Amino acid sequence: MSTAVISTSAAQGRFFIFDEESDAGSHAFHDPERASSYIRRPQSAIRNQKSEILSSVTPALRLSVRPAPEVVSSGIAAIDTLTGGLPRGCLTEIFGPASSGRTTLLLAALAAAARRGEFCAIVDAGDALDPQSVAAAGVDLNQLLWVRCGEHSPQSSLLQGWDSPTETISSEHRLEQLLRVADLLLESGGFGLIALDLCDLPPQTARRIPLATWFRFRRAVEHTPTVLLAIERQAIAGSCSSLRINLSATGNRKREQITNCEMKPTHAHLLTELEIKAEVVRSRVERKPVCSTEITFASKTAWAG
Amino acid sequence: MFACIFVPNFCVAAVLRAEPDLRTQAVAIFEGKAPLETVCAVNENAGRMEVEIAMTKAQAELCSGVVLRARSPLQESAAHAALVDCAQSFSPCVEDTACDTAVLDLAGMESLFGTAREVADAISNRAADFGLAANVAVASNPDAAVLAARGFSGVTVIPCGKEAEQLGPLPIAVLFANGREEEKDEAQKRTEGILAIFERWGVRDFQALAALPPVALSERLGQEGLRLQQLARGAASRILVPMEEPAKFEEAIELEFPVVLLEPLAFLLNRMLEQVCARLASRALHTQQLRLTLQLEDFHSCGQDLDIDSHQSIINSHKFQSAIGNRQSPIRFAHFQRTLNFPMPMLDPKLFLKLLQLDLNAHPPGAPIKKIHLIAEPARPRSAQGGLFLPPSPEPEKLELTLARIASLVGKSHVGSMELLDTHRAEGFRMHRFVPGAAQPNQKQKCSDAQENTCAVAALRMFRPPLRVKVALENNGPAHVACAKKKDVQGRVLWKAGPWRSSGDWWEREAWSRDEWDIALQNETDIALYRLVHDLLGGGWFVEGTYD
Repeated sequence: MSTAVISTSAAQGRFFIFDEESDAGSHAFHDPERASSYIRRPQSAIRNQKSEILSSVTPALRLSVRPAPEVVSSGIAAIDTLTGGLPRGCLTEIFGPASSGRTTLLLAALAAAARRGEFCAIVDAGDALDPQSVAAAGVDLNQLLWVRCGEHSPQSSLLQGWDSPTETISSEHRLEQLLRVADLLLESGGFGLIALDLCDLPPQTARRIPLATWFRFRRAVEHTPTVLLAIERQAIAGSCSSLRINLSATGNRKREQITNCEMKPTHAHLLTELEIKAEVVRSRVERKPVCSTEITFASKTAWAG
Repeated sequence: MFACIFVPNFCVAAVLRAEPDLRTQAVAIFEGKAPLETVCAVNENAGRMEVEIAMTKAQAELCSGVVLRARSPLQESAAHAALVDCAQSFSPCVEDTACDTAVLDLAGMESLFGTAREVADAISNRAADFGLAANVAVASNPDAAVLAARGFSGVTVIPCGKEAEQLGPLPIAVLFANGREEEKDEAQKRTEGILAIFERWGVRDFQALAALPPVALSERLGQEGLRLQQLARGAASRILVPMEEPAKFEEAIELEFPVVLLEPLAFLLNRMLEQVCARLASRALHTQQLRLTLQLEDFHSCGQDLDIDSHQSIINSHKFQSAIGNRQSPIRFAHFQRTLNFPMPMLDPKLFLKLLQLDLNAHPPGAPIKKIHLIAEPARPRSAQGGLFLPPSPEPEKLELTLARIASLVGKSHVGSMELLDTHRAEGFRMHRFVPGAAQPNQKQKCSDAQENTCAVAALRMFRPPLRVKVALENNGPAHVACAKKKDVQGRVLWKAGPWRSSGDWWEREAWSRDEWDIALQNETDIALYRLVHDLLGGGWFVEGTYD
């Protein structure tokens, strides 16, 4: 999304001097005769020139400024405070290493969308989603379309025969399936949130997605109420993403203390209140430069109460 | 007033309806068992080429340019159903007079369709839309309408009181053309006798029969003679017997040459779907289920005649001895059936065609197709009230097609909604069809938004299948993990918690018992949390997933 740059000089009543004239003017001040001729130039001619220039400048009010996208809750108050929410009609990237809270944030966003009554879709390149976790996060399972990549498509001719057994496929094929499914879902429309889960793809495979594909996704989701969310190990969408959040896990110190004081920490000790650090790396939602700020929020397991 | 729709040369019309390209060609229909097939119907072009009824198939084949087609009861029943649908799209009071004739009561239709002429024209146009070239006649009584439709081509309107005058020029043979196949043998003898009598009397048209003195006629031919005279005068009166059978929406095509490619099959299916949808639309109905049955040719059974998809695909194999009695190599035919169930009633032939194409792509029949039979189960159109403030939801038709396309990419079992099963077993869920209902914001969950926002629920990412790892134990707990398949999942266990023991299904063959550990491993740069599982029955160690 591009931000409109508005020149306010014309509005303030200043007038512009063409480069040639400004150059000439600068020389003129060194030459007393030419300087006097400039001074003697009639005021009416200057006024005419001024009005001519002003007429060619579009007033700021008439510039079509693209409205800021509507934002929705990510399901985590701290993330909403940091980013202002997830923008509709834009691509949001969430990236980080393993155990950094990417899926936790994704499920929180899905749960928030479900609370709004929206239908969501998740395209799972690694077939890694855990339905128990999804249910524990508060997502209405009937409102979530889950597409699990990882099986060969049974394309065939009429004479090929009966169903062939399924076959596990490589990460390249998973990626191809993910992109085609994402295209279909974006074309279908009507979803409140479409999530692309690229976490389990090797970074070198994920980086093979052409930038043109991300541009296509961004164009397809533009002017729709859909939040397009991609979770991955590294940021790969380039300038196509409107919001990019980097997640990393903290809280190791706390667990160190626990393990030091107790020889056998319980599940609750290990997994309760995992601290996650979030940093906004890029944001084109608000019309201001992004200052990289960090926040931390906690997550807990469903059974921890 | 009553209207009659009559389809002349019904056998040919049924074939031409299924294959409209043949309308301009000479077509002859044959029936009977090989090699004694005889021509039973010809169209006008074939008649001009001197192809006649009762000619053998071999004789007809000598005439170049004549297209020969076998008589198809399926196509005729589909054409008959279309004829009845055409009538019922105008009036609920329809009599199924014969396979090629339907009579409908026009009482009270003036305000809807205008004059009798306008109604007749509308019926004729509707029949043409249904692929039938029909004669339409309107008269004050059903029998007069039937006789006029059978005698005059095109649209005929007989004003009240002028029946005798209008029907007068019709040949006397029209009285005996009732079109009922089952009465053919009995009626034929009676008809031939009466026709011979009329021939001897010099009575050759309705006018001559109407002019005969009734008493003398009754003395010679009895009540049958009087009935025929009443018919010829257009003065017969009877009560219309409306049909009450539930409508069947089915189409069938029997192919001359078997189809082996999807593209020509799609072409045929498109035509059939358009016909079925037109019939459904004429009754303001949609469909929620499409059943496609394909009769396959030369189906060689080699252990493949099993149900692959027991929910949707039914294959019934029948053994037929070949006509020449070759007992050594019986030919097996199979019926391949696919059923498409839609989450809600729909009526879009293009959508249905695309769904059928995708389905057949995913489940190919495996043999050349000889016969196509399509049945649509009628359903009332869905009634849904839209709202300005409802959250966005996918359009059902568009979503259905999208889901079918996705299923063709990733497999049907890999797309849909998840449903948790009542079990503690790992992977205790199943997939089911994604059906977007009327979603409403969940009020209960809305109330707990504030609580939810403070602390998110940690998610587990599964490894499918679980990663087998080698674990070094220390004090009965994992101390070091090594995975050959995934380099990230190995190293010294920094922290661990567990074990969490669970077991179940001990009364079944697939019993399970396991210990779960939550462990933290040091990666290259970060620390990652994993769920480690010790299978107590199998004895192996697995990393089931990672907390993320």
